[in-house]
Parts: sequence; structure tokens; C-alpha cells
Amino acid sequence: MAFLEVKGVSKHFGGLAAVDKVSLEVNQGEIISVIGPNGAGKTTLFNMLTGAHALTEGEIIFDGEPIHNHTPQEIVEKGLARTFQNIRLFPELRVIENVLIGMHIHTQYSFLDILFRTKKFRKIEVEKHQRAIDILDSIGLKQQVHNYAVNLPYGDQRRLEIARAISTNAKILLLDEPAAGMNPQESEELLEFIKELRDQGYTIILIEHDMNVVMNISDRIVVIDYGKKIAEGLPEDIATNKRVIEAYLGRSE
Amino acid sequence: MIEQLLNGLALGMVYALIAVGYSLVFGVLRLVNFSHGSVYAFGAHMALFFVGLQFGVIPAIVFSIILTGILDILIDKFSLAPLRKKKSKGIAALITTIGIAYIIQNLLMIFFGSQTKPFPAIFDYGYVTVLGISIKSTQLFILVVSLILLAILTYVVKFTKIGLSMRAVEQNQKAASLMGINVNSVIRFTFFLGGASAAIAGSLISGYYQVVYPNMGFLAGLKAFSAAVLGGIGVLYGSIVGGLVVGVSESYAAALLGGSYRDAVAFIILIIVLLFKPTGLFGKKDITKV
Amino acid sequence: MAKKLALKNNTIVDWISKLRNYYYAHKKVFFIALAVLIVLTPYISPSQYILRIIIMVGIYTILALALGLVTGYTGQVSLGHASFYAIGAYTSALLSTHFGLNFFITVPISAIVAAIGGLLLGLPTLRLSGTYLAIATLGFCEVVRMILLNWQSVTNGPLGVSKIPRPSIFGYELTLANNGLYYLMIVLLILTTACMIAIVRSKMGRALKAIREDELAATMMGIKTTYYKVLAFVISAFFSGLAGAFYAHLIRYIDPNTFVFDTSIMILSIVILGGMGTINGMFLGSALLVSFPEVLRFLQEYRFVVYGIVLVMMMRFRPQGIMGGQKKSNYQFPSGTIMNRNTTQTKFSLSQENSVEGGV
Repeated sequence: MAFLEVKGVSKHFGGLAAVDKVSLEVNQGEIISVIGPNGAGKTTLFNMLTGAHALTEGEIIFDGEPIHNHTPQEIVEKGLARTFQNIRLFPELRVIENVLIGMHIHTQYSFLDILFRTKKFRKIEVEKHQRAIDILDSIGLKQQVHNYAVNLPYGDQRRLEIARAISTNAKILLLDEPAAGMNPQESEELLEFIKELRDQGYTIILIEHDMNVVMNISDRIVVIDYGKKIAEGLPEDIATNKRVIEAYLGRSE
Repeated sequence: MIEQLLNGLALGMVYALIAVGYSLVFGVLRLVNFSHGSVYAFGAHMALFFVGLQFGVIPAIVFSIILTGILDILIDKFSLAPLRKKKSKGIAALITTIGIAYIIQNLLMIFFGSQTKPFPAIFDYGYVTVLGISIKSTQLFILVVSLILLAILTYVVKFTKIGLSMRAVEQNQKAASLMGINVNSVIRFTFFLGGASAAIAGSLISGYYQVVYPNMGFLAGLKAFSAAVLGGIGVLYGSIVGGLVVGVSESYAAALLGGSYRDAVAFIILIIVLLFKPTGLFGKKDITKV
Repeated sequence: MAKKLALKNNTIVDWISKLRNYYYAHKKVFFIALAVLIVLTPYISPSQYILRIIIMVGIYTILALALGLVTGYTGQVSLGHASFYAIGAYTSALLSTHFGLNFFITVPISAIVAAIGGLLLGLPTLRLSGTYLAIATLGFCEVVRMILLNWQSVTNGPLGVSKIPRPSIFGYELTLANNGLYYLMIVLLILTTACMIAIVRSKMGRALKAIREDELAATMMGIKTTYYKVLAFVISAFFSGLAGAFYAHLIRYIDPNTFVFDTSIMILSIVILGGMGTINGMFLGSALLVSFPEVLRFLQEYRFVVYGIVLVMMMRFRPQGIMGGQKKSNYQFPSGTIMNRNTTQTKFSLSQENSVEGGV
């Protein structure tokens, strides 16, 4: 059984099917890219996976458990975390606070611990701060810990989103166009970082427009068009798939 | 009982007129305009002032309507438009309107005195009999005038070019501006409509109760706002239904529970409705974009 | 000319940063000086009238700290905090006048009753978005006021509750003259401030700020947003009730007109003027706004016009408030955090978190 199984999920907005009976399977430690023209339903799919949208039909099974009826909070706790296409950091908070917020669900002390600043509280706080620094260090943002998220350059903001997603202790990371707006060098670095994440056992689902990135990094590619899955396979197969080329370039009749 | 109903309907129509101002502005700006209650009081005072000049009731009220409309435009131009330009947070605009309310209300107190002043009975013709029921002419007058005004407002918003622009701005400000709509002038027009209807409401209620005072906008404003939220803020006919619900229930509450509870009724209904339908009776649900 | 001005500006900036550095270097000295000043204030204060204003500043600081948790940190506008202030005041006043209970018993009860009020209002309404929440809290405030006005058998209606006893410890009565009320206020203020600081510097504080910044993103980080909003609201109501109870025993007479919309707006204005999302801003904002009508007495009836203008100008030119906004100083790590660990062993330790947690 696959790590994450998406079984025939659909999302209808009024009469419009934004996602229509899409199925896919993701194995542990894979990088899967979801590609497709603008408006194909990729982000909607992510929204369903993370509980932001309720499904119209279908089911999602993660690690043997159905998660499609769960709240976003429960899904994060189970181990799916995401980044956003239009960056959604906490702008007026510091970089380190953004990461600490990602750790919220596994920062476990009680309200009384907070009020009395108990030993347990202080110990956990130090641990979490330490780990936040480590995460930021590994993604190259350590110099920015004191800075406010809104002041970061665009590329750094995208990185911080990934750092925040990692800090939830997620097993699967859903990255929505992580390389958008980055220059070639930055996206090269990001690529390396994502590969490293995979090598450490993270499973990654990626939405990306940059074909260079996609072809380079993906173990498998899923192509969506008009809400339907039209192809799935290894990068080299997808590159030559007729339906995919049609979807991107239009039918030539 | 009929008497209470009529009284409630008349009151409700006035609430509806004020509520429309909240609703229109909320529609285009997503802002609760807390200065609106004081603008309504301003309208009533202007009516009092111009009626006092003795050049005819109708011109006096027309003057008051125009002045109040202009006041609302000025409020937008000098306090809210700069905030929009800076893309300030919503709370900044909210606080600004509270500040404006303070300014207007206290200036009214300074210039007109804080005491309650008599307002001439400009449209009191005793009782009239309709279908065998005797009705106070003031109530009938209010009902008819507000109905006509609300019909005109609905027509303006639904069927005119400027109304179309308003609805476009409501849907998507950026897109509307890209389509060549002057967003700022649409907003200003909206404020004018809000101010004008508040002035009419102010004149009507002052003619009805025959008193005017600077704080009159506070409770009336709050209740009208409740009415707007109750009906679904941003929806015109919602404001009308909301206004009527508040007016009628208030009127019955006054008769059944005693006058001192009447002011709380609007809020109790509001809270109950919000519990079951968080966007009001006819409100549209905002789709959050991820 | 421009150069000269720039130079002058630079010296001012220099001066400020020197002062700040001095402050950081000698924090202890500053704290001791502050403590001494606080203790001596009643003896320095020229009259009881001034002392009373200072105590009112303290009460409003507690209220602002309380509302600040909801509005400043969590971003939820409440226009009804006067109701919790009222619930606290009335509960304490009625318990002490009817049952002769001691202040130190009635105060915690009042705060808890106010907190229950906060829960009753917060549970259903905090699902609502900004505007609806604001109006629901405002409506609640009006309903509470109507109950106070009309439930004559208990609240004595518009006449209010009078002859509220002064607080006393073992028979020793605390008054304005013996400075007891002043020191009591200081104790309550320190208690409130300490709780607020503890809360905002924890995962709860971070969760609240996350909700303020982007509620949806906060949800996606696993934060139970409704739970935290309600919790913040309840804590806020608790301390507002505390302030109300103290107020009742300070003034010794309360009526429904003390707890009106204007009071809610006053508290909100302090939060905004002082700086949303700050603690020290609440002290400053309260000092400014509470003393404002007293200092500006010469303006007479124009006072509140000026008040309105200040609000409008503030929003236009410094919406983040006096102390709000981004800070130049560094983030304060909890003591014991090591910034520069030997990174070779931690560099790619991203998936080791679970083993670390096993020890907790």
C-alpha cells in the first residue's frame, strides 16, 4: 500500500469541476511533481489534501488512515504540511517566530506551565528555539533569524515557507511552486535542498511550472488538465507524451 | 396590536434607510463605517437648522440631504481615501471612522447644545383612515417616503451605469479599476448615497418624534447597523428586511416588556441570528482563497 | 542646510542608540530606579486628586493589557470590553454590599464571573469574522447595560450601587489617604502584566500572533484558531473583570453609565495609540489618554473633538501606534539557547526531531 493514496477525488465549485476524479499514489521518499496549465486544478488538489477544501467525492488515505474528513489542524498533526503559491508567511513576525509557529503542534506544555514558567516550559522553549535555528541554518536563513518575514527578499520568503513546513515535523511536504520568482542560481540551490530533504526520508509533492526543475528533480510526474489527470509517469515519458504536449501547446489539427 | 405593528414598520423603514448606508459602504469598502450614526444626527440637525430659516420644509430637507451627502464625501476624501492609498489594514479605517464620529458628535454638541431640541411637526396631519383602520399620518408618511426612496436606491444600484460600477467595485476593486472604472469616484458616490439616505432618515425620524439631539445617532446607528448585519450586510433588500425586523420587534418589545427593554431587542436578535447564520439572513458567503 | 539637518538627525539617533545601549547594559539599575519611583510616587504626588488619576491610569492599563491580548495580539476587534469591566464591578460591588464579603474574596469571584461572560460571548461569536465579531461584542455590551438598567431588584437599576466598602486587610482599611489603594493597584497591575508577558512569550502568544497575521496560514500550521481566540477572550474578560472589581471599591459607587460604548472605545483607543501587540505601549497609551481630559481641561468642550482628531491622525500617520511596529532590537532567545552550535553534526539533522522529543 502506498504512503499516500488519493482515490478519485473531485471538487466542484457550483457546477464547475475544478478537480475531477483524480487518483494518485505517492510512495515514501519520492518526489512527485504535479504539473499542468494554469487553472488546471493543481492548487485545488493541494487544498483538498491539506483539508482547506472539503472533497465533493473520493477519499484520501495517508499511512493507512483516511484523512479526507479531518480538519486542517488534524491533517498537519498527522504529517502533511504545505507551502503556499502566494506566499503566506506571518509577515510582521520574525523569521524565527515563523518557524516556531510551525512547531506549535509539538510544543507540548500546559497553560499552567506558561503562567508559572516552569522548568518544563523553559526546557521545551530552549529545545524548540534550538531546533528552529538548526532548521533555518540548514536552509540558509540563519543570518536572518532576527529579521521580520516581510522584509526578506522573495527567494528567502519561499525558503522560509519551506522551513516552516518542515518544522511541523511533517512526513510529506506539499510545495506549491517553491521556485517561482527565484533566479536560476537560487532555484538550483533550492533543487539541491529538496533532493537532500528526500534523501533524509521526506516525501515531497511539488507543483511547479519551471520544466527544468520538474524534469531534474522528479521521480514521477502527474499531469492535470481541466481538473482531470491526463498522464502520469517518469519524467522522460512525460516529456514525450502526446496528450501532455497538447495540453500545454494546444491541439494542432 | 395593529398600532404596534404600524409603529414598528415605520420605525423599521427608518432603520432600513440608515442601514442602507452601512450596507452600501460595506459593500464597496468592506468597512463598518462607525461615523454613520453621527452623520445621521448631522442630517437631522441640518434639517432642523434649515427648517428654522423658514424658507419652506421641502427645500430645507433637500439642503440637508445635499449637505449631509457632501459631508460623507468629505469624510471619505480626507480620512479614508488616504488610508486606501497607503493600503492600511482594515482596523485603521474602522478606528478612523470612530474618530470621525467623535468629531461630528461633539461639534454638534458645541454648535447646537447637548440638550434635546424640539423639531417642528412638518408632516403631521393627524389620523387618516385606510381600509377602516385609523393610522397616524406621520407613520403613513414615513412608510411611503421610505418605500419610494428604497425603491429609487434599489433602481440606482441595480439598473444604472453607476450602480453597475458600484457592483463591479464590490466584486473586485482591482479588476474594476483595470476596466476603466474610477474606483474613487464610485466610492465617493456611494458615500454620498449613504449620507443622503441618512439625512432623509434623520429628517423623517425627527419629524416623527419631534425631537433632535446630538447623541441621537448613537443608538439608532447601532440598531441600524444590527439591521444591516441581520439582513446580510452588503445586500440591499437584506437591509430593508433587517430594518423591519428590528423595528417591529422593538415596537412589540416596548409594548409587552416595557419601554426600557426595547433598546436591547435589536442586539439580542442580532446575536441569535449570527449564531445560526453567521453572514446574516441573506448574506453571501465569502469564499476564502488559499 | 540639508546636510546640517542630517547631521543633527544623526546625532539624535546616536544619542538614542547610546541611551538604549546604556539601558541594555544597566538594566538592573533602571529596574531598581523604576521600582523606587513606583514605591515613592504617593509621597511625591502633590495631591490626592493626582494620585486618583494615577490609579485610574493603572486601571485602564489593566483593561488595555486585557483588550490588547484580544485586539493587539490576536487581531480580533472587540467593541464590548466595557461589559466585562461592568460585570466585574457589579459582581464585586453586590457581593460585598449584600453579603459583606471581603474584597479579596469578591475580586477573584468577579474576575471569574467576567471570564464566564467572556466564554458565553466568545464561544458562539469568535467563529465570526472581524466585522461581525465587532458588532456582536458591541451588541453584547449594550445587552449587559440594559440588564444592569432594568434588573432593578438586583442591580438597583439606574440608581446604581452605592456605599461599596473599601478593601481591607485584616481589618485594616485601604484608602486613598493611607496610599493603600495605590499599592493595591500596583499589585494588581504587576500581576496582570506578569501574566500577559508570560502568555505572549510562549507558544500561546505565538499562536495568537499567527492568527492575527494570517488566520488561514495559522490553521494550516495546525493551530486550533477558534480555541485560541476563545481562550484569549476569556483571559481578557477575566482581567477586565478584575479591573472592574477594583474600580468599584475605589470609587465606591457604580451605575450603568460608567460602562458604556465610550468606555469600550477608550480602552480600544489606548491599545491602538500605545501600539497593538505591545505590553509597554499599554502603559504609555493609558497614561496619555487617561490624563488627556485632565491636561486638556482648557479646551473644554473641544476636548473630545481633539480626541477624535488624534485618533484619525494616528491612523493616518502611525497606525502601528507609538510603541508598535517592527523593532530594531534583536529577538530575545530564551536563556540557554546556543546560536552557534557546532553545525557539522547538526546540519542535516532535520529528521531527528522525534528522538529529541523522546526525552521530554
